[in-house]
Amino acid sequence: MLLLVAAAATAVALTMDPLRQVVVSSVYGLLLVILFVVLQAPDVALSMLVVSSVAYPLIVLIAISRTRRRRGGEG
Amino acid sequence: MSRRDARRVLGLPVCAALAAVLAAGILAGPRFGEFHGAYGRMLNAVAVPQRHATNVVTSIVFDVRGVDTMGEEFILFAAVVGVVLLLRDEREPAGSTRADDVRSDAIRMFGVVMVGPVLLVGLWLAAFGLVTPGGGFQGGIVIAAAIVLVYVSAGYRQWSRFGRERLLDPFEGLAAAAYVAVGLAALVAGEPFLRNLLGNGQTGTLVSGGSMSILNWAVAIEVAAANLVLYTEFLESYVVPHISER
Repeated sequence: MLLLVAAAATAVALTMDPLRQVVVSSVYGLLLVILFVVLQAPDVALSMLVVSSVAYPLIVLIAISRTRRRRGGEG
Repeated sequence: MSRRDARRVLGLPVCAALAAVLAAGILAGPRFGEFHGAYGRMLNAVAVPQRHATNVVTSIVFDVRGVDTMGEEFILFAAVVGVVLLLRDEREPAGSTRADDVRSDAIRMFGVVMVGPVLLVGLWLAAFGLVTPGGGFQGGIVIAAAIVLVYVSAGYRQWSRFGRERLLDPFEGLAAAAYVAVGLAALVAGEPFLRNLLGNGQTGTLVSGGSMSILNWAVAIEVAAANLVLYTEFLESYVVPHISER
């Protein structure tokens, strides 16, 4: 499980396109959630779940849509 | 030497040093599964008999460390107020916007099906915060996510029924104030700030925890409203002007 989390973290760092990075980092967050459940920390897991799969991606997505449109309407 | 090579020469020693510090830190720390916190063991032993809340984490957050949580709540509050101050004035005048359409039937269907269950999960997380894992913070964000799903599946026009500042701002402010009010009520009664006045209730039920359950709901409403205010501000100032340009 730890190795899986480490692999996902590397994948997040190696993803170049920010839009893909949002999705990859959500998957990474989900793996962390599973790790926390395995280590018997359900409260931390729930906090991680709501932040990594709801709050954080939403903010980043809105920011990405803004910057892309400003640059030339591709988003 | 090109700039790229120079960067590598500079970067490699720094990365190696960071990795060495990290490895040393991990190896010097306590071994996996060991726990040396006397405070944690003490709380585990006394939390349920003293506070009647089976979720020890929640009883720490809202009772033993209640003042810290109040500070955290106002960090969120201040952050959202900052965003509002920065973004609210830049907005396009009302009436120049129109709803952006959701084109994918699959997304619309998914959203319509999921809004109810997600809202229910959020309310359940908040309501059972003192009994099972969860609590106001997690529940609040899930409730906000349910309402964001309305935007995702039905477009801006439906969202703007919920995402209005006149509707959301009072929730955010009053919920933050309610937390302080619970603390001050204890002061008025001659007890220390945030002392549990309402008794502990029956262990393992929804009414366990006394004032902790009020604090829990205050945080849930505060977090949900704060997130919705945040998303509303971003959507209004970033997305809506571009809808009207199209």
